[in-house]
Parts: sequence; structure tokens; C-alpha cells
Amino acid sequence: MPMTDRSLVELRDVGVKRDGRWLVRGVSLSVDEGEILTLIGPNGSGKSTTAKLALGVLRPDEGRVKSTPGLVVSYVPQKIAIDWTLPLRVEHFMRLTNAISDADISSALAATGVEHLLKQDMRVLSGGEFQRVLIARAIARKPRLLVLDEPVQGVDFTGETELYELIKTLRDDLGCGIILISHDLHVVMAATDKVICLNGHVCCSGTPRLVAESAEYKALFGHQLAPGLALYEHRHDHTHHSDGSLSDDA
Amino acid sequence: MNTGMITRTTAMEACQTMLDDFFIRALLAGLGVAVVAGPLGCFVIWRRLSYFGDTLSHAALLGVALSLLLDLNMTLTVFAVSTALSLLLIFLKSRTSLPSDALLGLLAHSVLAIGIVVLGFLTWVRVDLLSLLFGDILAVSLSDIALVWGGGVIVLAGLIKIWRPLFADTVNADLAIAEGENPRMAQVMFTLLLALVISISIKVVGVLLITGLLLLPAAAARNLALGPVQMAVISVCVGVTAVVSGLFSSLAWNTPSGPSIIAAALVLFVISLLPFRQARGFWSEFLARQKERGVS
Repeated sequence: MPMTDRSLVELRDVGVKRDGRWLVRGVSLSVDEGEILTLIGPNGSGKSTTAKLALGVLRPDEGRVKSTPGLVVSYVPQKIAIDWTLPLRVEHFMRLTNAISDADISSALAATGVEHLLKQDMRVLSGGEFQRVLIARAIARKPRLLVLDEPVQGVDFTGETELYELIKTLRDDLGCGIILISHDLHVVMAATDKVICLNGHVCCSGTPRLVAESAEYKALFGHQLAPGLALYEHRHDHTHHSDGSLSDDA
Repeated sequence: MNTGMITRTTAMEACQTMLDDFFIRALLAGLGVAVVAGPLGCFVIWRRLSYFGDTLSHAALLGVALSLLLDLNMTLTVFAVSTALSLLLIFLKSRTSLPSDALLGLLAHSVLAIGIVVLGFLTWVRVDLLSLLFGDILAVSLSDIALVWGGGVIVLAGLIKIWRPLFADTVNADLAIAEGENPRMAQVMFTLLLALVISISIKVVGVLLITGLLLLPAAAARNLALGPVQMAVISVCVGVTAVVSGLFSSLAWNTPSGPSIIAAALVLFVISLLPFRQARGFWSEFLARQKERGVS
């Protein structure tokens, strides 16, 4: 995938090695303005690692990461633990990395349905409320690239659909590029432009339809698909070791 | 015109006599340290750096010994030694598998021991070890006060400058980097500021009690504050109160001043554990009920 004018960030053949083991390797991707790219894959397949590479949080041990200079990025990490020693209300958390006006804060919180929590301490929020605050903070920064790592974990079912709707509108309103990591295959497949299926490397990528029809996708997620859809034959063009790396005899 | 000049001279003279008073000088130096220690102590607590602070302040003793040995400026030498030790720590952390609390304890006591050994070699100077360990605030000179306030202004200005990246990094390091902050620079800066505070406050509370002056007001403030900036401000207030009440009680009961200040800070910390917030809740509930009764 070559870097186009509208590319916000591009990974070319990147790999990250920890303790002699490749967490991900040979991953290439790019995100354009106004595009939603979704990363799917089993636990430990390197989704968060790939996102952190795109964000510049991790440095690649091989390959290259290019991003637009001065890009405004918002990040919703998978896990944030607020320590007891830190008195932090939602209103303070919203201004963590830049100055944001009261009006923008309340409209962002309203967009995710948690306007009433402005004066609450972050540590008393429920899991779902916490996620909504995280997303609101990301929105309030008006980013050009938004990276969401499992953004709806702990959110109830109706809320989940609403939040995915919201993410889609964000793309349309802000025109930002979005990298989304998710488990909710059905929702994801409906709300995304490009899908990359990871398992230590890129198993398959393309439009949701293309990926959904690929054998690799079915091999990884076949059991989660509705019975009527899970018509999958085990026809791999490659095999994995138990750690997700590729076998040589592929 | 003439009378105005006379008043000014008398005011200056009054000021001069006031600064001649050792107690006023002690107060000024103590307040300066408390104002700086307040916000810095908050970060020490948030980032779990109390052992780190301890290690840096133990290194201060080695700095004092070296400054006497090589006839250098004391504050600058202490600052240099603390800074060198913190850089060594950062380096060792990446090179050893020792847990960091063990590494810090190891270094803290080693530098303390080496410092005292070096002081032992200095047979030609009489060193009052107790005043180095626990402070000698009643002996601060005007230049000490200037050092505390001058250094304090630098530290506060530096902290304000790095507040956002440092605080974002404290909440979540990945988030801070991803959103374009520079937490590594902020961490190094913070270490330097900590070393600077330690080197300017040796005279006031001594190397063994500095961490107490950083931690206790901030811990008390945590029990009362609802936000990070508020916590820093309350921490300053608690520190100032501890210095004033500690010094006055040391005057009244003839107790050592540095330890009296820390003891006063402890008393304030215990008071902060009282259920103020619940009391406020009950009070507002009580008022609301009274009002209701009045209406009906």
C-alpha cells in the first residue's frame, strides 16, 4: 500500500521483537483521511502492538513507519488504571493533553451520553462509563487520526451499537482517519472501509466483503459466525505454529 | 518629602532588624522550601518516587562531603551528585534485573555510607553530622534564604513548564506519547528539579527528612483534594502550616527544628484523615432538611 497524499500514517513491513520473539512481523498498512481501518485477530495476534506502532508509542525493530508531520492524534488505549493517589475528575481528564473549552468538553461528553459525569471522580466510573469518557476525550481533541483499541469494552449492547454509529459519524464530520481494534465482528464488518486480519502477521486484508470470504478469516473466526454463514473449508495456504508464527512448510 | 524618607529608612531598618532575627530567617527559608516541596511532592506520590527521592537525598550527604573535600560550592556539588546518581539509576534500571526498590535501597545506603566515610577523612574540618542529617534551619543566613527562594522560583517555573507532559505521562504513558507529548524529556526535567529541591533544602530539614517534607503535605492534600491542581495547592498550604507550627513549637519547647516541622506535618496528615467530606455531606443534608421543614 503506497503512501498517497491523503495517507495519514503508513506502516511498511514493520516488525517488533521482544525477548527473541516476533510479536508482529511483516505488517504493512496505511490509513487515509476519512477512512476506517479495522484490525481484527485473536488474542495476542498483535493488534494493539500494531496500533502502538502506528502511534509511535513503539519503535519498530524492522520496517518503517511514516506519519504526516504535525498530525493531531487521539488515542483510546485498551486499559487505563487511575491510581488512588491521583484525584482526577472527568473534567480534569478531558484536558489531559491539551486545553479544551468547556463547551467542547460538554458537547463531546454529550455525544457519548455521559454529560452528567463531568464532576465525577474517574475511579468511581463503571467500565462502560469509563470507555465513554475515553472516547469523549478523544473526540474533543478534534483529531485527524483516531486510534481506538477495543473502545466499547464493558459497554452494554445498545450502547455498543450507538457508539459504533458515533464513530462512523465522526469519520464523516471530522473527516478523520480511524484505526479501530475490535472483537465485535458483525458490527465491525458493517462499519468499516478496510479490514486487516492479524495473527502475528497480516493474514488477509481488503474490503470487509473480501476478508469475510477469505479462508484465513473463516479459519480464525469461523466458530463466531452465524451457522448459516460459517461455510468454511479448511483450505489454508499456510500453517501456524502455536505462537502464531508461520511454519516453513507453508 | 522629608518625613517620607525618614519613614522609609525606619522601615528598612525595621526590616533589617527583623532579618537579623534568626527566627524570622528560619521562617522565610522554611516557607520557601514548603512552597516548592508541595507540588513536587504530589508528583513524587503520584509517580511512586518516594524511594527515589530518598536515594537522591542520601546522595546529598556525599555531595556535602565532596564539596568540603574539594572546596567547591556546596549547593552546586550536591545538585551535581544527586543528578549524577539519578542518571546512574536510569542507566542501571535498564541493565539489571534487580527490582527497582532493591536497587534504590542499595544505592541509597551505599551513598550514605560513602558520604559519611568521606566526611570521616576530613580531619581538618569539623563537620556537624547531625545538622547535615536533620537540618539546621535556625542557622540559615541571608544568602541561604536567597538560595532557597531563587532556586525555588526556578523549580516552580520548570514544573509549570513540564506539568502537562509529566501529568499526562503519570496518568498513562502510552497515551501521552501517542498524543504528541514528550514524556521522556519531562521525566528527566523532573528528576533535575527534584535534585535541585533537595540541594536547596538540606540546610532546612537535612538529608534524612527532605523526603518527609515532600511526602507528608502531599499525602495530607490527597485526603482533601478533588483535582490534581487543587492537591498541589493544598499541599503547599499544609507544608506552610507545618513549617510555621513546627518552628513555633520548637521555639516553645526547645525541640530540634527540622524534626519538629516534620512532626507537625505528620499531625496535619492525621488531621486530614478525619472524614471532612462526609461531614460536609451530612451538613448540607442537614441544611436541606431544615429548609424543607421551614417550608412545610
